[in-house]
Amino acid sequence: MNIKFRNIKTIKSSFPKFLVVLLACCLSGCTTDDTQTVVTFTNLVMEDNFDTEGAPNPQIWGYDIGTGVNGWGNQELQYYTNRSENVKVDNGLLLITARQESFENSQYTSARLLTKDLFEQQYGRFEARIRLPYGQGIWPAFWMLGADIDDNPWPAAGEIDIMEYRGQNPSVLIGSVHGPGYSAGEAISKEYILENDRFDTGFHVFGIEWGPGYINFYVDDVLYNQITPEDVTGTWVFNKPFYILMNLAVGGTFVGSPNAETVFPQTMLVDYVRVYEGIEAN
Amino acid sequence: MKNKNYISLQSILFLCLGIVVFSSCEREFSDEVQFATFPPNGDVFIDAFSAGLDYFPFVDAGADPEAFSVETNDVFDGDAAMRFDVPAFGNGFVGAAFNTTVTRDLSGFDALTFYAKASQAASINAIGFGISAETANKFQVTANNLGVSTRWEKYVIPIPDASKLTEETGLFWLAEGASFEGDEGGYVLWFDEIKFEKLGTVAQPRPTIFDGQELVEQAFTGSSIPITGLTQTFNLDNGVNQTVIAAPSYYDFSSSDVGVAVVSELGEISIVGAGTSTISALLANVRAAGSLEVTSSGSLQASPDPIHPAANVKSIFSDAYADDTSSNFSPGFGGSTTETKVTSTDNGDVLVYNNNNFTGIIFDNTVDASGLTFLHIDVYVQAPGLEVGVQIRDSGANQMIETDVNTGLPIGDDRDRRFDLTGLTVGQWTSFNIALDGDIANQKNNLAALILTGGPNFIFDNVYFFTE
Repeated sequence: MNIKFRNIKTIKSSFPKFLVVLLACCLSGCTTDDTQTVVTFTNLVMEDNFDTEGAPNPQIWGYDIGTGVNGWGNQELQYYTNRSENVKVDNGLLLITARQESFENSQYTSARLLTKDLFEQQYGRFEARIRLPYGQGIWPAFWMLGADIDDNPWPAAGEIDIMEYRGQNPSVLIGSVHGPGYSAGEAISKEYILENDRFDTGFHVFGIEWGPGYINFYVDDVLYNQITPEDVTGTWVFNKPFYILMNLAVGGTFVGSPNAETVFPQTMLVDYVRVYEGIEAN
Repeated sequence: MKNKNYISLQSILFLCLGIVVFSSCEREFSDEVQFATFPPNGDVFIDAFSAGLDYFPFVDAGADPEAFSVETNDVFDGDAAMRFDVPAFGNGFVGAAFNTTVTRDLSGFDALTFYAKASQAASINAIGFGISAETANKFQVTANNLGVSTRWEKYVIPIPDASKLTEETGLFWLAEGASFEGDEGGYVLWFDEIKFEKLGTVAQPRPTIFDGQELVEQAFTGSSIPITGLTQTFNLDNGVNQTVIAAPSYYDFSSSDVGVAVVSELGEISIVGAGTSTISALLANVRAAGSLEVTSSGSLQASPDPIHPAANVKSIFSDAYADDTSSNFSPGFGGSTTETKVTSTDNGDVLVYNNNNFTGIIFDNTVDASGLTFLHIDVYVQAPGLEVGVQIRDSGANQMIETDVNTGLPIGDDRDRRFDLTGLTVGQWTSFNIALDGDIANQKNNLAALILTGGPNFIFDNVYFFTE
């Protein structure tokens, strides 16, 4: 029920904006690059284009290593490493690779990068251009956690999932927020289906526009959801700095385990990560 | 209303054309000159036979031509569906091609799709497209054992490489029937909305040759080896990896040394000289998993000329004698990996066995060897350390081959004589005369088979029973 109600509301609220944008396009001619309602965040404050071969820039990226507690809370099957077999910059791309191999009592290895203590920001436009992997049990994500998580444990710290995806549903993107009273299976979430296409055959831009009282979710040039304090079934915690994570999980409760049909290795290719800040005009 | 719109659009286009014509002064070949193409119509059966479509049951193969009808009650959408009544075991099978007399250009699509359901959960033996007399099934595609439920569901048969399908007439085919007593039969299959589509979600191609295996084989000049295990697998948007068998012509084969081996468009490797060559393939520019490294040491030496008078011989396989009986050289025993081929050489036919674990030569009629004393075999190997086991089987008075499936030993009234062909010399023929003694000394009037074990790669010639 909640989800339906939210969706209807979202459509209502975004429809006039869409009309305005359409009208603007018609009047101004042929430009199509300004169809977002997100153009207000224009001041680039962080970008990594992954142009330097080797390990990712240590000024921006750290790592979670190992299996965490209970497979990072999700019964995930992989052991995260920072080995070049699992994470490296090559040919202008960040490659996060999940492998099927016995390693430290796990059957899979992969990597999880995070900007904790390196880059944290409240509000802004956060986006990455990614080509996703595929297959049963493959779970890539581009997401954020509240920077106060050490003192204020999840879910109270808050989580924004800019992109997550199940490898067995290669046309379906999921954008969510988690917070106190609306975490895990109760997260506020919406799926976006890429019609007649898939996320693992080309690059797509996954992003959010995050300001006081709203988070807009978009993919490429499509704004597909807006979440506001009215949508969450608990306290709105998205009013403090967050940091960025990118990872490629294998198995776990969200996707289920890989099976004989899953092809390994699987690689998530990241062309860039960019963060903008700005002031909303309206 | 539609017509009116169409006409006005036409006239606008015509005006535009006029402007273009009047405004251009020079006559030059445009980059946009296009070859005439066939209609890109993807419809096969929506609510009726699409343009030019006709029904060709495989009557010669034993298909029941009455099994197909057009259903108007139980349809997925619209007002008609295809219905096939799959006969019970022994009453023929459903087998037909649906081809069009109006050649289609299917290169803009990525899959054949349809909705299907069955009156009981079933697995369709073979279904696909590309059966076409004009091209000798050059671009045939087959999905095997497609599971169908009792609900209408959509199925996707991917096109291995659509760019090949610029002139296709074979739009749909299937074969399904009860292949043994107790197999599924006596049920109904329905299909609706059969069409070629551009789904955009057929992705992650993983073609294979030789089922993805990296094979190493010996061969000799003048012989040929078929490329088998040709599959193309795509990941569909529901996460399913759908594999189809793709005809050889979808592939681009290559030989690393064309002085040793060449590959035809139909996937036949011809050994043309001595040396080593690796055979590999691309499908739609994607490297196929699997390869064959073939080594030829030149022409096969001629096998020794048989010396026994024809009157004293009952032959199974020899150019020197008339066959006493025809035989099945590829019985396809369950679990057998053996590939058997009768190969012509400059010096006559030989029997080439590759990758043998166990196989047999099954005589179509039993051989009465009660007056004979030996089995003769010439064997040739191209690698050291090989041995071949031979079991001469007498099937007894009931003339039925009866074997304990656990031990492989003869049971009932069967008897056998076992012998190992050992001490083989690489690159030479070795002749064996195996006495018909032991357990078959007094029962050799219903010889029914030679069971062959080991190897795995060897060549036989001059297989015959004789007496001195």
